[in-house]
Amino acid sequence: MIRLSIPVRQALAKLTLPVLIAAAFGLMLLGKADALLAERARMALADALAPIFGVVAEPLGSARAVVDNAEETFSLYSENARLREENERLRKWEAVALALDAENATLKANLRWIPDPAPSYVTARVVADAGGVYARAVLLSVGPNHSVTKGQIALDERGLVGRVTELGSRSARVLLITDMNSRIPVILERSRSRAMLVGTNGPRPRLMYWTEGQMPAEGEHVVTSAEANAFPAGLPVGVVHYSGSNVPEVEPAARLDRLEVVRLFDYGLRGVVPPESQATLRAQGPERRR
Amino acid sequence: MDKLPGIRPRQSLGRRLDMAARRGFPGSTTALLLLLTAAPIGLPGQAEVQASIALASVFFWSLFRPASMPPAVVFAVGLLVDLLGYAPPGVSVLTLLLAHGLALRWRRVLVRQGFLLVWLAFVGVAVGAAAVQWALTSLLIFRLLPPGPGVFQAAIGAGLYPALATLLTRAHHTLAEPEQA
Repeated sequence: MIRLSIPVRQALAKLTLPVLIAAAFGLMLLGKADALLAERARMALADALAPIFGVVAEPLGSARAVVDNAEETFSLYSENARLREENERLRKWEAVALALDAENATLKANLRWIPDPAPSYVTARVVADAGGVYARAVLLSVGPNHSVTKGQIALDERGLVGRVTELGSRSARVLLITDMNSRIPVILERSRSRAMLVGTNGPRPRLMYWTEGQMPAEGEHVVTSAEANAFPAGLPVGVVHYSGSNVPEVEPAARLDRLEVVRLFDYGLRGVVPPESQATLRAQGPERRR
Repeated sequence: MDKLPGIRPRQSLGRRLDMAARRGFPGSTTALLLLLTAAPIGLPGQAEVQASIALASVFFWSLFRPASMPPAVVFAVGLLVDLLGYAPPGVSVLTLLLAHGLALRWRRVLVRQGFLLVWLAFVGVAVGAAAVQWALTSLLIFRLLPPGPGVFQAAIGAGLYPALATLLTRAHHTLAEPEQA
């Protein structure tokens, strides 16, 4: 170590804070000027931490399961009654659905309908809540030799969760539909009216730009629209609910506040993938195939 | 190192390691807490809790043991918060460095005061930090953000500080004390 005289050392110690504050400003400018660099740094950290998060998530998951079990034990009786009643109702609907499915199949056969290709998917564990105060995102652990690409669509067992926006070598970040930067073309199921689903960072994203004169109805189901070639048509998104200030919002079907496992679907849609990642896709393409 | 007169144990390797570990305690526990609060626990307002933990521990250690929370460590903690989340990088770094600077400046007065006054000072810092973070994030993404989450963040910070400070005070006198090595 270099030996410095005490006054010099003191002067240096006093200078550290202002220099680091200047460096923080520099970091902000750098992050603004080169968004890709920030993304890379973020994913490098996420890649390094993904195994640790994976290990931590395991006991946390079991602890949560214990708490859930304890809570469920208390409501066992009423829950049972509710489920039996719901089961009766669903059985009726199952018959209707099967009949409609058969009818649909015959109609499609008669019409020579071109079927949608069956999408391939991978399942990944949510290992971290990666949003921060002003964003809504989750981090997935996807393993070192994954086939996940940017723009793939994340669904949980109930509905749409979001899209893959950042990708590392063993982790992927999914921007949730509730994030402020999320814009999703949707269709209101009953009126077939188109609209945009706009995230607000709150628990319920907002509906905007619906077809003139066709107000979204309370309780109407909302599904994705194939417009802009970013999503396939008909993925369940949620149910319309009017907020206190009479703004149509969507109660997401997916359980966004307690995601554990999501499926990442590859529909082969490259509609809204940023140009930069398409370039890297092309660059990586031949290498991947090798 | 030889600031205090008196007889001290020999500087063996084990003792030096022990001292280094005690010096590193504030930084490493803060990082660990941040990683834990990043895990999907399903806490309501988890992101705000994470930001508040970073602020509260940087403030606490800068106030009571600044030698173990130098600006470089504050910078690293801020970078960790920024990269764990989706925020523009640098925002938490700057906020935490400012909080660190304020704590150092108020140190002489605050250290001698009771808990209540320190808490009040922290509430002020938390409100200021939330405001700075809100303004900088708005500026960097060119969009006026709703102020709600910022207010919530300041409130969470104010509420969390007493609990965290109780734990940290205990650690301050035992685990993080290099003289006890």
